[in-house]
Amino acid sequence: MARMATTRRVAISTAAAWLFGFLIFFPILWMGLASFKTELEAFAIPPSFLFFHWTTENYATVQERSDYLHHAMNSIIIAGGSTLIALLIAIPAAWSMAFSPTKRTKDILLWMLSTKMMPPVGVLVPIYLIYKTFGLLDSRIGLVLILCLGNLPIVIWMLFTYFKEIPRDILEAARMDGATIGRELVYVLTPMAIPGLASTLLLNLILAWNEAFWTLNLSTSSAAPLTTFIASYSSPEGLFWAKLSAASTLAIAPILVLGWFSQKQLVRGLTFGAVK
Amino acid sequence: MGQITLQGVQKSFGPVHIIKGADLDIADGSFVVFVGPSGCGKTTLLRLIAGLEDVSGGKILIDGKNVVDTPPAKRGLSMVFQSYALYPHMSVRGNIGFGLKMAGLPKGEINRKVEAAAATLNLTPYLDRKPRELSGGQRQRVAIGRAIVREPKAFLFDEPLSNLDAALRVQMRIEVTRLQKQLGTTAIYVTHDQVEAMTMADKIVVLNGGKIEQYGSPLELYERPANLFVAGFIGSPKMNFVTGELALQRGAATIGVRPEHLKIERDGAGGWQGTISVAEHLGSDTFLYVDAGPLGMLTARYIGELSLHAGDRVSLVPDPQRIHRFDDGGNALRG
Repeated sequence: MARMATTRRVAISTAAAWLFGFLIFFPILWMGLASFKTELEAFAIPPSFLFFHWTTENYATVQERSDYLHHAMNSIIIAGGSTLIALLIAIPAAWSMAFSPTKRTKDILLWMLSTKMMPPVGVLVPIYLIYKTFGLLDSRIGLVLILCLGNLPIVIWMLFTYFKEIPRDILEAARMDGATIGRELVYVLTPMAIPGLASTLLLNLILAWNEAFWTLNLSTSSAAPLTTFIASYSSPEGLFWAKLSAASTLAIAPILVLGWFSQKQLVRGLTFGAVK
Repeated sequence: MGQITLQGVQKSFGPVHIIKGADLDIADGSFVVFVGPSGCGKTTLLRLIAGLEDVSGGKILIDGKNVVDTPPAKRGLSMVFQSYALYPHMSVRGNIGFGLKMAGLPKGEINRKVEAAAATLNLTPYLDRKPRELSGGQRQRVAIGRAIVREPKAFLFDEPLSNLDAALRVQMRIEVTRLQKQLGTTAIYVTHDQVEAMTMADKIVVLNGGKIEQYGSPLELYERPANLFVAGFIGSPKMNFVTGELALQRGAATIGVRPEHLKIERDGAGGWQGTISVAEHLGSDTFLYVDAGPLGMLTARYIGELSLHAGDRVSLVPDPQRIHRFDDGGNALRG
């Protein structure tokens, strides 16, 4: 009797999990499907789920009308560059806060996080003017800079929590064993922190890849990443659902693939410390 | 060589004085145990010697050289941590050899030394395993291996056995003692377990509230405790203390008698009368907790089995040769 109840419970929760997963995944699926429809079928009511005229013409049109590779390259440079620079700044920062905290460390951490609570639109105008003055508008460097600074608090926080998990004793043992700070970093701390570093890197890459507010407002064409590329398909001349879907599918494809292959790392990163 | 001398060593964290001036002479090759209740500063003192903390005052001499400004690695000491602190991503071989690698020894020599250390500690079959694949005792031995392979001037042990279960702890206690005697290297060992202190040490340092209460051999501490604290801390069960009239008769503020120095008499008229409130029968020993009225609770130990039970009346007769006397400052009175 008890066993039957358990089996039923497992079945119900499994079904619920699948349902929930499907609900979350549905918009992406719908977008993928719409990208293979004709413009008319894309907003037909009732919508057709699988039985429509499959076509790849949207992808061809998108490729014709705009340079996907150019925008993809911008996305890679902006997301990758901002992540790498953020890590370079965050590793020593998190290191010092985790291993030689001062009275103010907690306050600094909170203050950094508080900057994320402000709506970015509040500083859009000053940032825009600064960028204009320094000639950073529509430049890759400008976008790398703003995304790097924007994500820095999160990167530092994540690394700080990972570093905190590393027992002090081990670092002291390394010091007793004659390791200098540099060698301690190379031989002991970094190998132990690799899972944390990897998931921070992945998460930040995804955040930077998907960031739309600053990239849309600070770039137009030459530095425009995929977010701008998508936005260009919702134009004043009307919405072209099928083409917009094709563009969006192309834009999220790389990060989706990356996420799929690193999901273990990501989940571990997000639950690090919670489960031992 | 590994002679360590402390001269007026002090340590404060902000306004809190952890070590209030410690003077100590540790002879080369001796096994010295720091013992005391938690928070007495024993681990801090060890970390000061290691160089993991900076002293706030005083000198630490290793072989006559003041090392207070020398970084830990250059002091020629090695440390075994309570948590073992093994490098989780390295094999046993990597863990033991890490210090030698940092010292820039050639690979062949590192391997030779690591294998010799592993053989001493019965770790040879595990050399290529990771720490997480080892049992607690094996991890402990790796931590010790990492310490001995560097042939240091002295070993520093920070409660190394406290994470092991009771049986393993006794076994490792014997192994560590044997190894230290065999290598002849100075060892400083921190513990809160007075049995470890009594069994392992050549000399014990009893610490309390950041001060050294007494420094002497285990039996010296047992037979001639310098003050009330040491008298109460060393020995198990604790020494009985009696104040008041009985103490004054002997010219002291407090007198102390160890449980094993009380003779138990069933219906004797002499001695200290009382009623047994708890009797513990271990077979090898019998412990009686006796309610002695105005004298308070007294503990008596009998070697062997004694058929007495709660509620029985007994009288306890102290061995006159074994009564410790203390003045009102708590210091021992001699003579």
